[in-house]
Amino acid sequence: MNLLLDVRDLCVAYGKVEAVHRVGLQVEQGRIVTVIGPNGAGKTTLLAALMGMLPARGSVNYAGEEIMRVEAERRVSRGLCLVPERRELFAAMTVEDNLTLGAFHRYRKRDKTVGEDFERVYQLFPRLQERRRQMAGTLSGGERQMLALGRALMSRPRLLMLDEPSLGLAPLIVRDIFRVIAGLRDKGVSILLVEQNARAALQVADYGYVLETGEIVVEGPSAELASNPRVIESYLGFVSVNAA
Amino acid sequence: MNTEIALFLIQDGLTNGAIYALLALALVLVFAVTRVIFIPQGEFVAYGALTLASLQLGKLPGTAWLLLGAGLAVAAVELVQALRVRALRRIPAIILKFIIVPVFLVGLVWWAAPQKPALTLQIVLALALIVPLGPMVYRLAYQPLANASVLVLLIVSVALHFAMTGLGLVFFGAEGSRTPPFSDAQWKLGVLTISGQSLWVVGASLALIAALLLFFEHTIYGKALRATAINRVGARLVGVSPAMAGKLSFTLAALIGALSGILIAPITTIYYDSGFLVGLKGFVGAIVGGLLSYPLAAAGAVLVGMLEAYASFWASAYKEVIVFTLIIPVLVWRSLTTHHIEEDEE
Amino acid sequence: MNRTRLVLGVFLAFILTAPLVLPEFHVTLLNYIGLYSIVALGLVLLTGVGGLTSFGQAAFVGMGAYATAYLSTVHGWSPWVTLLIGLALTFAVSLFLGFITLRLSGHYLPLGTIAWGISLYFLFGNMTFLGGYTGISSLPPINFFGLTLDSGREFNYLIWAFALLALLSMNNLLDSRSGRAIRALKGGGLMAESFGVDTARMKIIIFVHAALLASLSGWLYAHLLRFVNPTPFSINSGIEYLFMAVVGGAASVWGAVVGAGILTILKQWLQNILPKLLGQSGNFEMIVFGVLLVLLLQRAREGIMPLAVRFFPAPKKLLAPVSQVLQRRIRPAAGEALLDVIGARKAFGGLVAVNDLSFTMRSGEILGLIGPNGAGKSTVFNLITGVLPASGGEVHFRGERIDRLSARAIIPRGLARTFQQVHLLPTMSVLENVAIGAHLRGRKGVVSAALRLERAEEATLLAEAAQQLERVGLGASMHEQAGSLALGQQRILEIARALCADPVLLLLDEPAAGLRYQEKRALAELLRGLKAEGMSILLVEHDMEFVMQLVDRLVVMDFGEKLAEGLPREIQTNPAVLEAYLGSVN
Repeated sequence: MNLLLDVRDLCVAYGKVEAVHRVGLQVEQGRIVTVIGPNGAGKTTLLAALMGMLPARGSVNYAGEEIMRVEAERRVSRGLCLVPERRELFAAMTVEDNLTLGAFHRYRKRDKTVGEDFERVYQLFPRLQERRRQMAGTLSGGERQMLALGRALMSRPRLLMLDEPSLGLAPLIVRDIFRVIAGLRDKGVSILLVEQNARAALQVADYGYVLETGEIVVEGPSAELASNPRVIESYLGFVSVNAA
Repeated sequence: MNTEIALFLIQDGLTNGAIYALLALALVLVFAVTRVIFIPQGEFVAYGALTLASLQLGKLPGTAWLLLGAGLAVAAVELVQALRVRALRRIPAIILKFIIVPVFLVGLVWWAAPQKPALTLQIVLALALIVPLGPMVYRLAYQPLANASVLVLLIVSVALHFAMTGLGLVFFGAEGSRTPPFSDAQWKLGVLTISGQSLWVVGASLALIAALLLFFEHTIYGKALRATAINRVGARLVGVSPAMAGKLSFTLAALIGALSGILIAPITTIYYDSGFLVGLKGFVGAIVGGLLSYPLAAAGAVLVGMLEAYASFWASAYKEVIVFTLIIPVLVWRSLTTHHIEEDEE
Repeated sequence: MNRTRLVLGVFLAFILTAPLVLPEFHVTLLNYIGLYSIVALGLVLLTGVGGLTSFGQAAFVGMGAYATAYLSTVHGWSPWVTLLIGLALTFAVSLFLGFITLRLSGHYLPLGTIAWGISLYFLFGNMTFLGGYTGISSLPPINFFGLTLDSGREFNYLIWAFALLALLSMNNLLDSRSGRAIRALKGGGLMAESFGVDTARMKIIIFVHAALLASLSGWLYAHLLRFVNPTPFSINSGIEYLFMAVVGGAASVWGAVVGAGILTILKQWLQNILPKLLGQSGNFEMIVFGVLLVLLLQRAREGIMPLAVRFFPAPKKLLAPVSQVLQRRIRPAAGEALLDVIGARKAFGGLVAVNDLSFTMRSGEILGLIGPNGAGKSTVFNLITGVLPASGGEVHFRGERIDRLSARAIIPRGLARTFQQVHLLPTMSVLENVAIGAHLRGRKGVVSAALRLERAEEATLLAEAAQQLERVGLGASMHEQAGSLALGQQRILEIARALCADPVLLLLDEPAAGLRYQEKRALAELLRGLKAEGMSILLVEHDMEFVMQLVDRLVVMDFGEKLAEGLPREIQTNPAVLEAYLGSVN
């Protein structure tokens, strides 16, 4: 087993309110791991803390190194990459400039292979190529998610963290996005996927964790989780298992 | 007023306006990237002018000591930080960047200054002393407060303006200086006499604006600055740290400030505290553009230059009053065209 | 018992005896500290409490000083008359400046005041009738009931009498209905506006108040020296005044005196030693001031008063007996149509967040508005509460169209809300936080607050707040700082604050978010109790367990549209809802 990410006892607090409590999770090289759970469970907070965007306590071991004290920007150049829920695109810049900035740390290191990656991203998302001179702010919801993914891929991530990639997208586009995610794993990218859309997430993932009010309550291979009544309960309140 | 005077005033207004435009651009840049309202920009103008004046006298400018001191302070802060996150690998780079390089630069100026090199070289030396102060000031004063409100950052700016003006007095004394013009050439164009110095100022400003445009449009660092201005979180997620963007924008602001000082020094006598008013005129221009739009800021700054030129002809005693009161109609206009009450950010 | 009173007593005794015993030089320093305190006090209100800033206070000092200098020397008017004229002039000018800058975002006011400060300085220096840069001399001394105050020692009493009056009235003001509204400014305008505070007006009021204090100080200054010239009214002095307020900090009105005292004495000392150290003369104290202030803002942004205040715990506020209670509005009968959303639509650019949404709510019911993340629930909430203007459709409340009204105009109609991100003032007591909810149920303003003429009304407002706190079960925490409560209690505090507005309809934005199990149960209990008392509640929530056991009816949204509507039981088995929540099976 080749562990890429090993999180232990991670706690994140906003002032006095603890949003994530003693979370432990592992991501193996080349796997898709999903964290599912109802809204407000602390999923977004968890990813933000792993990215170094929020102060946290505990231990985060990435590729054999403790990165708890490493700033977010340095985590990016080590191959950790987050596609946030709000996408956080550069609205007043072109699609191409957004992609260029995705490779910022590689340009800094004078990486000559960035050009190839533009080709790859455009192959993956032909729509982005059509719109490469357009401002990111003019894109539709689905295109924005494509651009956010494309921008992340430009950094050549080893571990890609996706926060609700299906959020606000029509079912057809969600299917496309999940197909791309599965394809990335096959190319060796490890993925930590946070989703509210539990069925889609469990379908694509190898392993899953259920987060509820900041704590991991269930974990297991995704096939097992998909049939676990606890998962459905935590989403829909008192729904009987039969109903789902 | 006859045509000749009118044309002369336009030339005068354009010359000053070009410098205000440069400063306005730097202010908009710094505000967009860091949310800092960079009042001490004016001190960089004065430091640039007075450092060049010292060099022309063959003296080691006092700002050399400031560079050494600021370098040491930054080194100390960075070393503490590196020890705290146990990144010992960074130590050699810190010592090189903030101690050895400043010592080398000061040594170079100390050696070169008495030999009174050519004007171009003097300008390069002056810039070498002043420009590194930009990122150092950012590191020392603003970076620890990166999450503070615009208001707190503004108070820091004003405090810094105080400190830097006082230091200017220590380094350069209360006497003003005026450097010889870059060019004594005069051209007659009908009734108008065009001075070489004016052409230099306008030309250099335009060249610098063009260079900035290229930088923002076509370099990865330029794009990184634009990205930070548009979306700070997004920029961090692609690996652009706010601290890096801050230092870079302050480097540019210091460069623009020092160059403006060097350009304006042959036109007016610069005192240790003259920079403040010069910088603020850039501000009035920038406010015309709502501190957001580069072209509007530049246009506003040229307007300020024109207004100043005509005001000094018609009512020279009230020149400053007229220029700074311009801000009131501008604010009236802006408040009538802004319809929402903005949320405070705290 | 009371350390505060002891220190105050010692201070008063010092002010009374100091001019009699101290050497001339120290009396002069004390005079200046008093003058500066008055100006700094205005800035404590403006900057520390209100979150606004002015670098141009010295110009207002100059207006007060020049008004009296010109009128009392050239026209021979009594200084008491010129004081009023100076204040009136300052009032007009600051009202105008406030009006044009305070509608813009926060940094325009300070930038405007810098420009205006410079401009006025040069104006003083160039007006020949004001004596140009040489100024105006031989002002008449102030005559106080036949007593001529022509020495610094006598004048000391006048300065400190004004300073103490200003401090006292400011203290009164902050501890009042208007004071709470002023303190709410710093927490972002949205909460204050939602409870009916006209934040723009409040900002102008504190700016004008600060300007008037500066002008008063200028009048005193002019008659102390009996000479004015432009120098003390330069922008640099304006900056120093702000430094005083920042150094002192806003934790207490006494921060103004502390800040003025420290900076005045420090300046005196630095002006003595620095020129000797550096071997040349000049204002080198600027360097020290600048560096110290940067360090202070980095290390202790609240100034030094909070450190001092710790030693003086505020006395528990006793609730005064109340002679009357606040009037309640007439409630609609149960089942009467209350809220009608008709085809509401909201687009942000090309993105349609809410599309043709309609639903009706009846009096006395708890309606849940639910949906997956990003479904548009919060947008609907913001349309109803007047935070966002709708792009189409209508919202009616008790038969009246309200979708074009601002948040401030919605609250008096009987809709009160809570916030998803808790919006309260952490250093203010729980009781005072809740009393903000009753803002529109009082009417006494700033002047009566400063003069303590509103105590009866204030007592009824606080009694109402206390009663609502009891109603939600937070009565025991009334005197604690709101920031010290746990999140669950803070959310309940927000409900009490909304109840203080005497609403017909409570709008709750994700009240259960981030709460622990026990806290959720307590919250559900409370909401059930309110319903039993006849309150109608609209609940935007995503915690399904919480919602299902509480609401009468549900409206489910997805992609900005209504997906389903019905009883909780129906919703839980609705296939479309299941798919929206769990994702499709493909």
